[in-house]
Amino acid sequence: MKTDDLIKALAADAKSVEPPIARTLAIAVGAGALLSLIGFMMALGPRPDFFELLSTSVRYTFKLIVMLSVAIPAFFLVRCLSRPDFKPDGSLWWLALAPALLLLGIALELASVPADTWHARMIGHNSFYCMTIIPILSLAPFVAVLYALKSGAPTYPTIAGAIGGVLSAGIGATLYASHCPDDSPLFVALWYPVGFAVMTILGALIGSRFLRW
Amino acid sequence: MLMRAAIAGDEAAYRVLLEKLSQLLRGVVRRGFAGVGVPRDDVEDVVQDVLLAIHLKRHTWDPAMPLGPWVLAITRNKMIDGLRRRGRRPEIAIDLQQFDIEGEDPQASIDAYDVQRVLSSLSDRNRDIVQSISIDGHSARDVADRLGMTEVAVRVALHRSLKSLADMYQEKAE
Repeated sequence: MKTDDLIKALAADAKSVEPPIARTLAIAVGAGALLSLIGFMMALGPRPDFFELLSTSVRYTFKLIVMLSVAIPAFFLVRCLSRPDFKPDGSLWWLALAPALLLLGIALELASVPADTWHARMIGHNSFYCMTIIPILSLAPFVAVLYALKSGAPTYPTIAGAIGGVLSAGIGATLYASHCPDDSPLFVALWYPVGFAVMTILGALIGSRFLRW
Repeated sequence: MLMRAAIAGDEAAYRVLLEKLSQLLRGVVRRGFAGVGVPRDDVEDVVQDVLLAIHLKRHTWDPAMPLGPWVLAITRNKMIDGLRRRGRRPEIAIDLQQFDIEGEDPQASIDAYDVQRVLSSLSDRNRDIVQSISIDGHSARDVADRLGMTEVAVRVALHRSLKSLADMYQEKAE
């Protein structure tokens, strides 16, 4: 086929344009998060004194802030990565925000509680739940964000999939954090990353195949 | 400007844009491949692959940004795919800095064989639709009348066919 002929076919298909990728991603992530939220409210729900804790418990509120500090930058990064002309640059450093916050939290925790309670605070009460429920709560946003990315044109499909995994885990972990009775940054730093790692690796693996275009 | 009109669905503006882009792309791809020893015939395959990608991914262009870097990023990806299809090592620096307009190009009339092969794997009806609109230059309306389909159905079939052309390019690169 001649290129000029192909152009005729493409021009005839001019009206088929999809909605802007940023909108597709926002809708997908919103819908995925909403689905997880509904499942979460039906199966677990936040701690009964959620609103009170927000104003009285520094550790509880801090935990939620750390999780949002993963999810929000990851969303904007995924949006960048969905375009072909994005080059991984300094904006990837936004992913270091949550670990940095968490390190600060750990330092404050170690300085403020007696050393003989460190171990118990770190092991917590239900680390097994934490490791399994975060990936489960991440599933809906994970599928949604990968489908939306499929409609994009990521030059780096593996990274895009991985950050999509981080984003979905950030959403799942934010929900789970509001339920989890363990508030110490020591617990958060030890067990939460497991769920993030699972979703990130899954995203990278799927992304490297499924997000090529 | 043209791309904005194209995204709004202006067929004529879109066609002008794609024609201009195809000339630019041919120069870029040819220069990029020259140093790697890729035959000139292969250039047209990549140009067509890039045009398909521009078409199917035009919603990933941010109208607030310049069009050039977006087109070049797609071109770079598709050149690497093109090298992969030919089993060459894709780790070759491709200089896309120059993006000059070249004049009339006789290569526009050269057939690209990959698309031809890919076309033959479409269903009879879809291939008929694509060829009537592209090679014969009929409108979707005319094709619809001839095949006893609605115009919308013809447009949908055309769009799906273009998508599968792009998908088949991609599969070959893997």
